[in-house]
Amino acid sequence: MTEEAASASAVPRPVAATERSAALARANARRTRRNMVADTAMAVASGAALLLVLAILAVILVDILRNGTSRLSWAFLTEAPREGMTAGGIFPAIVGMVEMVILMTLAGVPVGVATAVYLHEYASSVSPITRAIRIAVANLAGVPSIVFGLFGLGFFVQFLGAGIDKLFFGGEKIYGQPALIWAALTMAVLTLPVVIVATEEALRAVPRELREASLALGATKLQTVMHVVVPQAAPGILTGTILAVSRGAGEVAPILFTGAAYFLPLLPKHLWSQFMSPSYHVYVLSTQSPDVDATKPILYATVLVLLLLTFALNIAAVVVRARMRRRLPGGVG
Amino acid sequence: MIRSNSTSREHTNREYELELRRLREQLLLMGAKVEDIINGSIRALIDRDSELAEQMIAVDRKINQLEIAIDELCMQVLARRQPVASDLRFLTTALKLVTDLERIGDLGVNICERVLELNGEPPLKPYIDLPNMSREVQEMLHEALDAFVAADVDRAQRVIARDKNVDAYYTQIFRELLTYMMEDPRNIFRATRLQSIAKYLERIGDHATNLGELTVFMVKGKDIRHAGKLSDGTT
Amino acid sequence: MTAANGVAKPEPETKVKVRDLTVFYGQKKAVGPVTMDIVGQHVTALIGPSGCGKSTFLRSLNRMNELIPGCRVEGDVRLDGDPIYGQGIDPVAVRRRIGMVFQRSNPFPKSILENVAYGLRIGGVSDSREISARVERALSQAALWEEVKDRLNDSALGLSGGQQQRLCIARALAVEPEVLLMDEPASALDPIATAHIEELINELSENYTVVIVTHNMQQAARVADYTAFFYLGELVEFDRTDVLFTKPSDSRTEDYITGRFG
Repeated sequence: MTEEAASASAVPRPVAATERSAALARANARRTRRNMVADTAMAVASGAALLLVLAILAVILVDILRNGTSRLSWAFLTEAPREGMTAGGIFPAIVGMVEMVILMTLAGVPVGVATAVYLHEYASSVSPITRAIRIAVANLAGVPSIVFGLFGLGFFVQFLGAGIDKLFFGGEKIYGQPALIWAALTMAVLTLPVVIVATEEALRAVPRELREASLALGATKLQTVMHVVVPQAAPGILTGTILAVSRGAGEVAPILFTGAAYFLPLLPKHLWSQFMSPSYHVYVLSTQSPDVDATKPILYATVLVLLLLTFALNIAAVVVRARMRRRLPGGVG
Repeated sequence: MIRSNSTSREHTNREYELELRRLREQLLLMGAKVEDIINGSIRALIDRDSELAEQMIAVDRKINQLEIAIDELCMQVLARRQPVASDLRFLTTALKLVTDLERIGDLGVNICERVLELNGEPPLKPYIDLPNMSREVQEMLHEALDAFVAADVDRAQRVIARDKNVDAYYTQIFRELLTYMMEDPRNIFRATRLQSIAKYLERIGDHATNLGELTVFMVKGKDIRHAGKLSDGTT
Repeated sequence: MTAANGVAKPEPETKVKVRDLTVFYGQKKAVGPVTMDIVGQHVTALIGPSGCGKSTFLRSLNRMNELIPGCRVEGDVRLDGDPIYGQGIDPVAVRRRIGMVFQRSNPFPKSILENVAYGLRIGGVSDSREISARVERALSQAALWEEVKDRLNDSALGLSGGQQQRLCIARALAVEPEVLLMDEPASALDPIATAHIEELINELSENYTVVIVTHNMQQAARVADYTAFFYLGELVEFDRTDVLFTKPSDSRTEDYITGRFG
């Protein structure tokens, strides 16, 4: 039939209705088959990619679990290291990390949120200053963390710290050396882009109607931001904070020069104390351990602790986001 | 504000437009039938044609049917379209128009009934004024209907002005018939019938005037009925 | 004109005087120049096809247009003789006297009580007894009190669409404005809820000056004492509703309300 139709196309002749509908049905069937093949191929490809990722993750996890669970115990978490890091626990490191993270959050989140609020609510979107700020934030996110470490060393420790020492302590070296506060501030700067971006996303998702409703009632812009916008954006801001914390807990390079120490006899008690951190602990254990076999279980256990902590924080972020989203209209995460 | 019907622009809703058009057609049909009835009834009088009179009475039945149909149509449009402004004025005018036309039809029937009675007797006198009066009235009616269709306020006003001619005719005919009745009691039967016919024609003239006033209201939105008779006497 | 309870309304007086009000978005003129006297304690409806400028005009009455970047307003608007625009005139103060209800109800994600009390709190009222009293009064005026009086602390988002809209009305009334602007307040509601809102508007007009934008002409005919017809950014006609809907003066008004626009 097709050859006839092809030769007949030179001399058009009326095709019978049945022939036409048959041709149409065949074309439809071909198209459906093509679509099905494409859909199946897509599903297979994405499934394979997912499996690959999961496989890699599984390999890592299995290795760590195999080697680390033996040492993981309550004692491990609450004891100090003994006998040159071949026995004992990592309690001081956990304490140090917690203190650093708390300081980092206290310093970084308000600044980040305020910056995001300014950028989104107050700044004119076309002014060059606004654009400059946004470019700066974007670049900040891309700076390698070791650079932050050097920045922290040069600016916080050697400039600010030394200056404080000269002004308040008569040159005595208290703040002009690696300290908890400087590490925390350095980490705050590093995680600033995370907080800013997450907050801005959250602010952007607050419906315009809510702002309008508040303003129409005679609220100032500040009142609207404080009483309506930020509460509505809270889940998103919280998520950003948790992500920042999660990042801060695990970074090594920035705290390398600014405050972390390998072994400290005392827990960090002052802002100018040095501190231990699990991530730094892992780094040192794996590169400078005198007795590799003895420290290997401790190493793996520490890594496991870090991983579990990261997972826990991320899950917490998801849960918080979900729970708060339920309470709000069109909530944002 | 003098404005004519927005017949230059059509309703976006085609069905609505068609409904209004149908309404207009029915009204014109009814108007035409009413004119026929008046024409025929006077013809029957002058020609002493009883058959024609009977036929005219039959036409009135059609007129009544049209009244019902048009009323029904208006109700439907009012319910479904919630008309406003010129459409609303057109519809309310149509409802009233229909009443006036129906009454004119009834008056035509009344004339025919009197004609049938008169045709049983020899004619009283040559009919001169009655035909003139009826011609005046018929022209008024025709003009009023044309004015309505064309939404022509000036034409409608002219119809309203002609009513006094009709009244004058009536007075004259009445006086003449009175003299006939006083002359000879045997004239009374025919004279009263003729006077009735004149009265009917005079009322038809009043109805035609109503039509004119309705047209003015429809176009201008100004109600000019009952001019001079509305105040409660305080001004 | 009679009020909802059958008592004749007081002599109409002008509440808001608008003179040559023009709104620009950048270089483009959105609406105007509009000159209009809005009558106090009556309902004025603004009608017209989409994009005719009626909402823009409405929003310029409580200076909400300023939130849009590039928006510029010229002309004069006076509330009881007090200018709304001008150097040194605080838009926040204007919005306390001229309230607004929006097309889609936008309650805050707070409790019912906190929603209605919001305007009071940010206005500086802190006495909890006063707040309770004013909240109750506002909810009563919005015909919502009976339905929510036992669950004031429940989230406002649990209310139905019609209830949420009435809540937004109560929220606007709580600050006791003099004028209430409503931007298509019932367009997102079903017919029964709409009827409730319209009834509410009737009642409100006894104490407030109401200006309502609606794209539903029949609603304007039902609810408004005065109607203004906007077209292509211009005020075409402004008159009493019964006059505008039976014998409008302008052919554009006639064409619009009889459905003759293509």
